[in-house]
Amino acid sequence: MEQMVETKKDLKELKRIASQVRRDIVRMVHCCNSGHPGGSLGCTEYFVALYFQIMKYNPKKFDMNGINEDLFFLSNGHISPVWYSVLARAGYFDVNELGTFRKINSRLQGHPTTHEHLPGVRIASGSLGQGLSAAIGAAQVKKINKEDKLVYVLMGDGEQQEGQVWEAAMYAAHHKVDNLIATIDYNGQQIDGPVDKVMSLGDLAGKYKAFGWNVIEMEKGNDMEAVLNTLEKAKSLTGKKQPVMILMKTEMGYGVDFMMGSHKWHGVAPNDDQLKTALTQLEETLGDYK
Amino acid sequence: MKKYTFTEKLDTRSGFGAGLTELGKKNPNVVGLCADLIGSLKMGDFQKEFPDRFFQVGIAEANMIGLAAGMTIGGKIPFTGTFANFSTGRVYDQIRQSIAYSGKNVKICASHSGVTLGEDGATHQILEDIGMMKMLPHMTVINTCDYNQTKAATLAIADHHGPVYLRFGRPVLPNFTPKDQKFEIGKAVMLNEGKDVSIFATGHLVWEAILAGEMLETKGIDAEIINIHTIKPLDEQAILKSVAKTKCVVSAEEHQINGGLGDSIASLLARNTPLPMEMVAVKDSFGESGTPDELMKKYGLKAENIVEAVLKVIKRV
Repeated sequence: MEQMVETKKDLKELKRIASQVRRDIVRMVHCCNSGHPGGSLGCTEYFVALYFQIMKYNPKKFDMNGINEDLFFLSNGHISPVWYSVLARAGYFDVNELGTFRKINSRLQGHPTTHEHLPGVRIASGSLGQGLSAAIGAAQVKKINKEDKLVYVLMGDGEQQEGQVWEAAMYAAHHKVDNLIATIDYNGQQIDGPVDKVMSLGDLAGKYKAFGWNVIEMEKGNDMEAVLNTLEKAKSLTGKKQPVMILMKTEMGYGVDFMMGSHKWHGVAPNDDQLKTALTQLEETLGDYK
Repeated sequence: MKKYTFTEKLDTRSGFGAGLTELGKKNPNVVGLCADLIGSLKMGDFQKEFPDRFFQVGIAEANMIGLAAGMTIGGKIPFTGTFANFSTGRVYDQIRQSIAYSGKNVKICASHSGVTLGEDGATHQILEDIGMMKMLPHMTVINTCDYNQTKAATLAIADHHGPVYLRFGRPVLPNFTPKDQKFEIGKAVMLNEGKDVSIFATGHLVWEAILAGEMLETKGIDAEIINIHTIKPLDEQAILKSVAKTKCVVSAEEHQINGGLGDSIASLLARNTPLPMEMVAVKDSFGESGTPDELMKKYGLKAENIVEAVLKVIKRV
């Protein structure tokens, strides 16, 4: 596809993008004094790897149907800051629009939506547990349309407590949806505390395996090289009559020392001083949005 | 009173099944999904003819709604099928976020609505679905009255871009509307022009309204009867035009009195031209087991109840 962006970057460049994305995230949530920095920071490597290396897509001419493009669905919609930043940095819309996040009349709603026609977003998410189903549906249509492109979906680990996720997991295996790569942000935290304390997931890898999925366990979800390698491995496992699941261990708040390792920054914005501290830890590599 | 005749009694759900199969031939983008109720929804022919475009979801309605939303991405027109209860109340949030708010072109097709599902009882007899669905922004809500109309509506909604709730049912009823009729979403159907009262009926109650019209004629009352197959968008013009002449209104539906067609009409009248109105509907109650006819009688949904409501409302003019 000649329209597709050339996404191949070297590792150093991907890390530079990730640093800028993290700056965007903390600035966005600070600016509107709300939003979810923790999970956004934790998933930055995954998003940058997907959009700047792994997926094939056309950001300049966004089309809802995404025919002959790889598609991405965000099920845990509350980590919209990282997605918005990456979409803007990938060319879906002007980076300066990031400054409108969560503000009145913005296309960058608190949780992602198609309602305001933001390029790059194909379904609303926020109420948890629904994204996997939508991704499976889109993947099956790619099969009907005889496309060889893939569908990616990200969920939270706390989100696994929603029953619909398991309805979808059962379905994807039964219908052999093997053009789908799901990932769980396995950071072990949710709003009320550690996942193990709130509602433990038990042997999550074992559960997905028992449901019929091909499961990859990734230990270093904040190591760009590890993320790239895992996504490439996942791609190599598609087309084998099984859906693919990546359990991606990440650290919530990664990149900003005082936000790391705690559920406390799940849905809290930094104040002025905290923002200043955070930005000293994140190099401005591509230019901050205005 | 215009005479309505029929050659056979059929179920509205079979109209849906026939419509869907015809659609499958006409439109390669139509896909079907069903949550373990293929027989009840009459989706078997579609499944047989278009196995590549039919998806058995199992007893997992939430997933079915999400799948359908996802299948619109890539250009498909998904038709989901299950009972009305499991099509709406069970999956309200999924419809709200993944279909309505996301503006997805999904057709939620719901059989076994209302009390006429019969013996299964109140767990399966949803009477709140019209209300839930019409509250969702941009959702089109259709409740058809017989086999022919249901088939026509099934075909028509494929050509309408946007989410639709299509409500039909289990019992056999007179199939009295024209074969191969053109179904116009949001356009009320005049069944009998009259001057003394406007009866607005939807779904299974349309035939009861015709019977009521005949009974009223013997009492010297000339009833205008209008089939409101589309509850949203409501044909406000047709309703206001009718009541300008008759000055009183009866609504009739197999649904809760709260949130149904009657509510929509009452709201329209209150905002435009307040007039005496009576509602034939289920009065804030769950259903129960019984035959469809016994239930229609017990819950006050028969032609006799419409006649009673008309006599009452006329006195209030």
